[in-house]
Amino acid sequence: MDILQILSAILLALGAILGVVGAIGILRFPDFYTRMHAAGITDTLCTGFFIGGLMLQFGMTLASVKLLLIFMFMLFTCPTATHALAKAARHGGLRPWVKTDNGGAVDQEGRVT
Amino acid sequence: MILTSAALAILVTMTLAITRALLGPTIYDRILAVNMFGTKTVLLIAVIAAIAGRGDYLDIALVYAMINFIAIIAVMKYFEYGSLGSAGDEPPVVGHKPQEGE
Repeated sequence: MDILQILSAILLALGAILGVVGAIGILRFPDFYTRMHAAGITDTLCTGFFIGGLMLQFGMTLASVKLLLIFMFMLFTCPTATHALAKAARHGGLRPWVKTDNGGAVDQEGRVT
Repeated sequence: MILTSAALAILVTMTLAITRALLGPTIYDRILAVNMFGTKTVLLIAVIAAIAGRGDYLDIALVYAMINFIAIIAVMKYFEYGSLGSAGDEPPVVGHKPQEGE
């Protein structure tokens, strides 16, 4: 097992950990705007680690160039999609989950929890 | 070995994302989860390409990334404005001035 394989394994493991953490976040966070934060982590950083690890697997071939193209494309489209989603939700009248003075919280439908 | 583990981790991520897409109280939660599902599908195709040792599969991943982006933007525009917009089916009224609140 040479140094490239070990480096590739480390990058893939980091990407896998970030992906699962983001998925747990998207499942457990209380409202839409906080969930978007969890999804943003996986969209760029997890993708970057995975693409980097796979590029080390493929070596200096055309496949690495294709992987780099996929990464560049995702680097531009994922923040655009997230921004458009936040804008659509804001225009749609979705209210953020906020804390109240007495220690409680108000959810999206205005209920005090 | 490590590639198979990575594929399994992506599958776990996709399962959790699709759970949120099914549960999601608002439409935006569902779109967010489906967007994440599509992103992870691209990564899964790339990992499968590495497992199979065929660089050709990466073309599929690239096309899937593009289709995913277009689909998310289209669905979001539909839910924000109520239509996808169309060119030329309503000719502009001559001398029409936009009213207040239009």
